[in-house]
Amino acid sequence: MSTDVTARTPAPAPPGKSGGAASGGLLRLMLDGLRTNMRQYGMLIALGLIVVLFSVWTDGDLLLPRNVSNLVLQNSHILILAIGMMLVIIAGHIDLSVGSLTAFTGAFAAVLTVQHGVAWPVALVLCLLVGAVAGAAQGFMIAYFGIPSFIVTLAGMLIFRGLTEILLEGQTLGPFPGGLQKLGNGFLPETGPDTDYHNLTLLLGVVLIVFTVLQEFRDRRRQQEFSLDVLPRNVFLLKLVAIGAAILVVTMLLASYKGAPIVLIILGALVVGYGYVMRNAVFGRHIYAIGGNLPAAKLSGVKDRKVTFHVFLNMGVLAALAGLVVAARLNAASPKAGLNFELEAIASSFIGGASMSGGVGTVLGAIIGGLVLGVLNNGMNLLSVGTDWQQVIKGLALLVAVGFDVWNKRKSGS
Amino acid sequence: MAGPVLEMRSIVKTFPGVTALSDVTLTVRQGEVHAVCGENGAGKSTLMKVLSGVHPHGSYEGEILFEGEVCRFRDIRASEDHGIVIIHQELALVPYLSLAENIFLGNEHARRGLINWRDTLRHATELLRRVGLTDHPETRVADIGVGKQQLVEIAKALSKKVKLLILDEPTAALNDEDSGTLLDLILELKKQGITSIVISHKLNEIRRVADSVTILRDGRSIETLEVKSPETTEDRIISGMVGRDLDHRFPERTAHHAEEGTAPALQIRDWTVHHPIDQQRKVVDNVSLEVRRGEIVGIAGLMGAGRTELAMSVFGRSYGRYAGGTLLKDGAEIRTKTVAEAIGHGIAYVTEDRKQYGLNLIDTVNRNISLASLAGLARRGVVDEHEERRVAERFRTSMNIKAPSVFEPVGKLSGGNQQKVVLSKWIFAGPDVLILDEPTRGIDVGAKYEIYTVIDRLAAEGRAVVFISSELPELLGMCDRIYTMAAGRLTGEFSRAEASQEALMRQMTKDKEATR
Repeated sequence: MSTDVTARTPAPAPPGKSGGAASGGLLRLMLDGLRTNMRQYGMLIALGLIVVLFSVWTDGDLLLPRNVSNLVLQNSHILILAIGMMLVIIAGHIDLSVGSLTAFTGAFAAVLTVQHGVAWPVALVLCLLVGAVAGAAQGFMIAYFGIPSFIVTLAGMLIFRGLTEILLEGQTLGPFPGGLQKLGNGFLPETGPDTDYHNLTLLLGVVLIVFTVLQEFRDRRRQQEFSLDVLPRNVFLLKLVAIGAAILVVTMLLASYKGAPIVLIILGALVVGYGYVMRNAVFGRHIYAIGGNLPAAKLSGVKDRKVTFHVFLNMGVLAALAGLVVAARLNAASPKAGLNFELEAIASSFIGGASMSGGVGTVLGAIIGGLVLGVLNNGMNLLSVGTDWQQVIKGLALLVAVGFDVWNKRKSGS
Repeated sequence: MAGPVLEMRSIVKTFPGVTALSDVTLTVRQGEVHAVCGENGAGKSTLMKVLSGVHPHGSYEGEILFEGEVCRFRDIRASEDHGIVIIHQELALVPYLSLAENIFLGNEHARRGLINWRDTLRHATELLRRVGLTDHPETRVADIGVGKQQLVEIAKALSKKVKLLILDEPTAALNDEDSGTLLDLILELKKQGITSIVISHKLNEIRRVADSVTILRDGRSIETLEVKSPETTEDRIISGMVGRDLDHRFPERTAHHAEEGTAPALQIRDWTVHHPIDQQRKVVDNVSLEVRRGEIVGIAGLMGAGRTELAMSVFGRSYGRYAGGTLLKDGAEIRTKTVAEAIGHGIAYVTEDRKQYGLNLIDTVNRNISLASLAGLARRGVVDEHEERRVAERFRTSMNIKAPSVFEPVGKLSGGNQQKVVLSKWIFAGPDVLILDEPTRGIDVGAKYEIYTVIDRLAAEGRAVVFISSELPELLGMCDRIYTMAAGRLTGEFSRAEASQEALMRQMTKDKEATR
């Protein structure tokens, strides 16, 4: 979770000021950092506020270990979709087909395993392949034929929905074999002595903290090697403590219930992996470039069509993965699965800092946006708010988030 | 001469963190053409926005007197009601509406919300004739050229009963011919009693149309000069703008003598390109030219001569449809069907339109600099961020890019600094041949000199530079050889010694028949 935020913060340190360790300078430094990453920090703070508010309103039920575990399980598919959607939106496109595609791949998995008795790992791979092909087909039409993505994926939305119903003959199909079910609602297996906590999860948390801290130190050392500006020592340490504490709290919460859900591990790997790709890989840079200014990217030698094609191919694979996760959790494939998933994924991306015109956004942002929606969902469920009002409130949250960003940008005159 | 029609007294305008205008006084006489000049960021546009009510009364200090009365404009509408109309640098026409619809946009001939087309067309035809246009008023704006669009803007201003016309760099996007037409029109309107304020970088234009010129520098009005006075020379105006005597507008260049015997860095042979849509039209017609290492070769031509089109099609066929011709790099034929291939062969093209084609404005300085060279910065597809930052810092220092940090979005920098970022990007790509397309367009005098120095350095390092420019003094000051183009064809080649503005212009204005 931490890679993106941490790697972005060293940026604003103004030269010459980094030496001054006076508390005034320190505060200014933090405020500078806050201002340059307003959307992301703003949303992180908003997420924190929402969590606190709902904890109070639900008398602490929100942060009960069992509920935190549920929250992860219930929203993982949206978060997976949001990662892919973020890439699509950064590239300057949109994908409306992912909801239908998740339903389709879920149905395909059900047909394979339930009706034809295919072994679940084989089915899993086949499903991901189907997602890749579906994404590639749409990507091909968008990138090489030049049909607008809105149109192609709107068609895809209808086509895959229809194909789902055809495949399932209008019926709900289940249950899934045990292995596949684990994907949706399984937890890490327990080993070692009987403590009150889930040992493997604790271990994982500790490893994660150590790894992050080491990574941070390595980064800092390299920056110093190149005699680049670095954060003052105390700010740096404060940051490490904050990151460590955050990981620790989540770990403890999960470890005091059944442990880390398997899908959380997958999600964590996706966030770290995609975050890394978007920041550091040539492919990621090219996505930002074509979304930010397509003609300029072309004239810089970026193979824009190839990049667009792969962005949609990737979205297809992630949609398939989300489809498997949802179907596995519900333990059934239904013709009505995945309804409005595309809208939730798109909303998550925009809440998390994406821009309609492309070129802006981070993977972590998409996750934060998705969590804002997820916590709202979960919290309102705990408070027994009806789905009618839930939709109204989520719609308002999207408006407020983007409205705040627009207002903030106008104020800073950019 | 008549008395002042406009007086702006001690105007102060501050934005959060910046003082855009610290003390500006501007007096414009009735019926004159008054030029306002100054470097980018000197406050010209801000001053005009204050005058036209874009920055409303109360958001600035000082007072504005128009026709003797104190004006407090709330918005543009209020200033237009007084007859003050501003035409912005970026044209504000709707491309898919007709000329007539554009002229009366927001000011329609209508009764109870229904447009009276007969009056509209009649009146529009009248206004178009006044600005010298014979196009049908129902033509779509998208179907006429930029030069004519500028005239439509003026027709629109005339429809508002304009008394004071403000033109913000009206010829920036025009070729010399269209510029000439426009300047003539300004003089014609002057005869009809319309006062104009013209913001311009181009000193020859100022000399041609203006009666007086006010120079702004760093948000202050420095002085107002009578253009007709013999003391008002171009160098006088320039030194007022930059605040220092400008002995050399160009760096000292010793003419380069290409070593004979070695093959030219780049040879273009019989290059022909067709228009992307109109397949019959040859935009570039059988052009052959060459550039050697260490040489700066200019390409002069009016707009539409095919210079940019030639450059872009050579650079990975980025423009039009290739219809023949070969490229030789260091004597060997190369294939450059894509931009990536062209870059791979050590060719770089710095676009004339940095905002549209050169930069990702929302991204940072460092990422813009690295975009064309990511492969070199990456190992197994992963970009070395620290190295990238170091490279960017190096260019920030060596190119004197004025940015708070390399993590500043490029869109927040001034034009000159943006241009330095584009140049850095292509220098970092390590090309042998650099094609620079109008590298100093729209940037101020000080920054221009810095860019010239960089170009000079690149040639001294042994790179071949192709320098496309519409400003002849610039080509004469910088180039070892100059080619001229007209209507897609090469019409002349001049050594540094042979070249003069007159000689070049003669070849640039050759029409198609003459070149056959």
